[in-house]
Amino acid sequence: MTTTLPAYDEVVARYEPVIGLETHVELGTNTKMFCGCPTDFGGEPNTRVCPVCLGLPGSLPVANAAAIEATIRIGLALNCSIATWCRFARKNYFYPDMPKNFQISQYDEPLCVDGYLDVDVNGETVRIGIERVHLEEDTGKTLHVGGATGRIHGATESLVDYNRAGIPLVEIVTKPIPGTGALAPEVARAYVTELRDVIRSLGVSDVRMEEGSLRCDVNTSLNLPGQEWGTRTETKNVNSLRSVERAVRSEMLRQAAVLDAGGRITQETRHFHEDTGDTTPGRSKETATDYRYFPEPDLVPLAPDPAWVAELKAALPELPRLHRRRLQQDWGLSEADMQSVLNAGAVELIEATVAAGATPAAARKWWLGELSRRANETGVELADVGATPAQVAELQGLVDAGKLNDKLARTVLEGVVAGEGSPTEIMTNRKLEVVSDTGALTAAVDEAIAANSAIADKVRSGKVAAAGALVGAVMKATRGQADAQTVRTLILERLGVEG
Amino acid sequence: MTDVTAMTATQIAGLVATGAASAVEVTQAHLDRIAAVDGRINAFLHVDTEGALAAARDIDARRAAGEELGPLAGVPVAVKDVLTTKGVPTTVGSKILEGWRPPYDSTIVERLRAAGTVMLGKTNMDEFAMGSSTEYSAYGPTRNPWDTDRIPGGSGGGSAAALAAYEAPLAIGSDTGGSIRQPGAVTGTVGAKPTYGGTSRYGLVAFSSSLDTPGPCARTVLDAALLHAAIGGHDPRDSTSIPAPVPDVVAAAKLGATGDLSGVRLGIVTEFGGEGAEPGVTAAFNEAVATLTKLGAEIVEVSCPHFRYALPAYYLIAPSECSSNLARFDGVRFGLRTGDDGNRSLEEVMSLTREAGFGPEVKRRIMLGTYALSSGYYDAYYGQAQKVRTLITRDFTAAFERVDALISPTTPFVAFPLGARTSDPYQMYLADLFTIPSNLYGGPGISVPCGLSDGLPVGLQVMAPTLADDRMYRVAAALESAVGTFTPPAL
Repeated sequence: MTTTLPAYDEVVARYEPVIGLETHVELGTNTKMFCGCPTDFGGEPNTRVCPVCLGLPGSLPVANAAAIEATIRIGLALNCSIATWCRFARKNYFYPDMPKNFQISQYDEPLCVDGYLDVDVNGETVRIGIERVHLEEDTGKTLHVGGATGRIHGATESLVDYNRAGIPLVEIVTKPIPGTGALAPEVARAYVTELRDVIRSLGVSDVRMEEGSLRCDVNTSLNLPGQEWGTRTETKNVNSLRSVERAVRSEMLRQAAVLDAGGRITQETRHFHEDTGDTTPGRSKETATDYRYFPEPDLVPLAPDPAWVAELKAALPELPRLHRRRLQQDWGLSEADMQSVLNAGAVELIEATVAAGATPAAARKWWLGELSRRANETGVELADVGATPAQVAELQGLVDAGKLNDKLARTVLEGVVAGEGSPTEIMTNRKLEVVSDTGALTAAVDEAIAANSAIADKVRSGKVAAAGALVGAVMKATRGQADAQTVRTLILERLGVEG
Repeated sequence: MTDVTAMTATQIAGLVATGAASAVEVTQAHLDRIAAVDGRINAFLHVDTEGALAAARDIDARRAAGEELGPLAGVPVAVKDVLTTKGVPTTVGSKILEGWRPPYDSTIVERLRAAGTVMLGKTNMDEFAMGSSTEYSAYGPTRNPWDTDRIPGGSGGGSAAALAAYEAPLAIGSDTGGSIRQPGAVTGTVGAKPTYGGTSRYGLVAFSSSLDTPGPCARTVLDAALLHAAIGGHDPRDSTSIPAPVPDVVAAAKLGATGDLSGVRLGIVTEFGGEGAEPGVTAAFNEAVATLTKLGAEIVEVSCPHFRYALPAYYLIAPSECSSNLARFDGVRFGLRTGDDGNRSLEEVMSLTREAGFGPEVKRRIMLGTYALSSGYYDAYYGQAQKVRTLITRDFTAAFERVDALISPTTPFVAFPLGARTSDPYQMYLADLFTIPSNLYGGPGISVPCGLSDGLPVGLQVMAPTLADDRMYRVAAALESAVGTFTPPAL
């Protein structure tokens, strides 16, 4: 289909979008949801399996208490009510990456319900309603070989790896989010970003989209102003924050084109394609599976003790949004400055650098200046640029102690990024330390005065600004290792002038 | 030495403990008996000769080394093929698992080994424990040692027949709707369904998770109690396992064997009367009631008004759970795979495998359960059945406020001829009319021989409150002390 898509501005002028997000988070528990197999990423296929996660006849699940606790903490961080009694349910469907041909999930009795998450978009706060947070088990991974699409249809062979089968998975479902207009794609992205940060702050998952420990499905619909919400589609395979934004935008444009042409939106799942940025249809509602949910008879109901839940709530860490607010205040940053720190992905790095002893201003200078530039040049995340917060703090410490000047510090930082060692080691090994031995400096100053007598005379006559040329000459002679301020003081002393 | 195969487990354990017989001798005698008679009975699907003799040698070595051994050490046991046995074929009576050798032992089998018993092999059963005659086994029916033209009950007909044919002194069964008790009744042996959660389901190939209960089968009440004590108790690998000690069933059986039931109040369920049981069964039951009265028990009638809905509720809950539990049998990871010729799709191979691997009764129940759970029907069927289950539980709770235990015939009819009920599922389902309520409630039940009807055994069922398994053993042992045990004609 090669319909010309309408312009985005026109779409949001004519239609109102409603979005909704379903996010799956793999918990970082040591063991799987219902057995004792390890959960770490990687590993030869089918080596982290046992009778339970392979669904062998006779095997039985035992719920992982750490996963239940993590889910409750996520629910609490998202301002949800925690069920005092709930059950797991079986979701029945046949698929080879599901060892039992049913998934142990939760249906009408989720662990956490009815919460919200506030996110900041363009300086405004948007409150995203949370419908539910529930716990389930992940499926295995299927690799379809021999087909053109990499999907099961047309494949000649399917390979299944059950290492992932049974890893605890938390599903977080938002309520429908209306009223965001043209900002809908950004709101979607901001929500997933905030959610990721919240979960990371809880320490319950590494929430890496590229490794699949955070996965997102995006629901989108359009309606005319004042009319009922439109039919929604569910876009799957949205595997990065950028894709979340692109998927909403792309689906809004596609639906607008269909509606503009007098067509109807089909309720269906759609697949997002990273390369083209558009979506193609998947399952439609008409062929949707009847999952025949029923309470999981192999597990006993969960009844979290309200006193324990209250303890968990009291022990929650400061959540990222409040944490950022506090940092902004502590660091004395304007809204715009804080935004640039956020955009650079430097909050945690600066915070750690400050914790290692640097001032907020110095830490911000290095991470947003030199190191951001390098990260951009080499196309890596700032955190992966090659310098650690501790090293940056150490570098600044050397500057503060007068052992390095700004120019030398940049040279040392190059060495750090190149993996030559700690700033102190590099300074020593490369002999970059500021020359602070005044005896050696005095000799260099005298030489400079003798070689530039005309300039010296100017300074003596009161043109103190002319001393800069003498300072430059000394710096050149000492290959930049002298402390410029010290040199200047010495020169003025020598020439009998007040600085 | 007299023939050890005619002895009780208690007697055999005594011989082994004193060194009067070695475990190897005992095991060999039973293997010889199996070789001699099982061609006519078909109680065993797999005889693990090597494994049994190795286990027996181990017991003998440990005894020789002076090790303290348990009360069942050296006693052979037959295990229903519903329990996984590491490296030993486990078929659940189905073609779909033909040749499957599990990589792990069920908890029950682990505990049998820990108790020093010797596993002889795996016994025949209705496919996936669905049936009351063992005729739905994919490997041919088991025959009743009392009359080899008749059924041995089901689903655990293999375990019951192995006892009645003296091929084993002990056996393990599993009871979802009566699969231990009804075969016990029609073979003149003892079969006990423990409290649900009192015995571990880990490694029990699931039919209906909320009902399945593994339990002991024996020729005497005391032997059954000893086996119950050996396999029972909490298992952290089964979430539905109850974290409570097993009631002292052995002491209760010994107490009952004194023949004194004074102070014990037993209830007869009004709703089980009427046209429920055939006349011969009713007559034997009434005689047993008279005997119990003579032993000192007080007999009262109690009404359990919702028991009449037990059978229909069961035939919604059990098939619903089974439709999900049996979904894993798809030919992808283990067992039978049919039609994988390189040209067929995965879905086709799954369908062909299930078409070829499951028998008609299993398919019937999968379809029933799939329908009952489907969107739009769930509330009317599965949901309604769960409500009935709650009402039945309330009936039991109310009854046990008035009486210590309930008694009934175990099954409405004696062993029927092979083929008599296979064409009418409902007639087959009626075999479990009196046993199903306990499964829905979760309480224990035992069947003990109480007499004969036209030369065929009749069983009496004792039902007790949950976690009061000891009560039923006391009553059963008392009745046994009065009426004796029943021996079938020589094969």
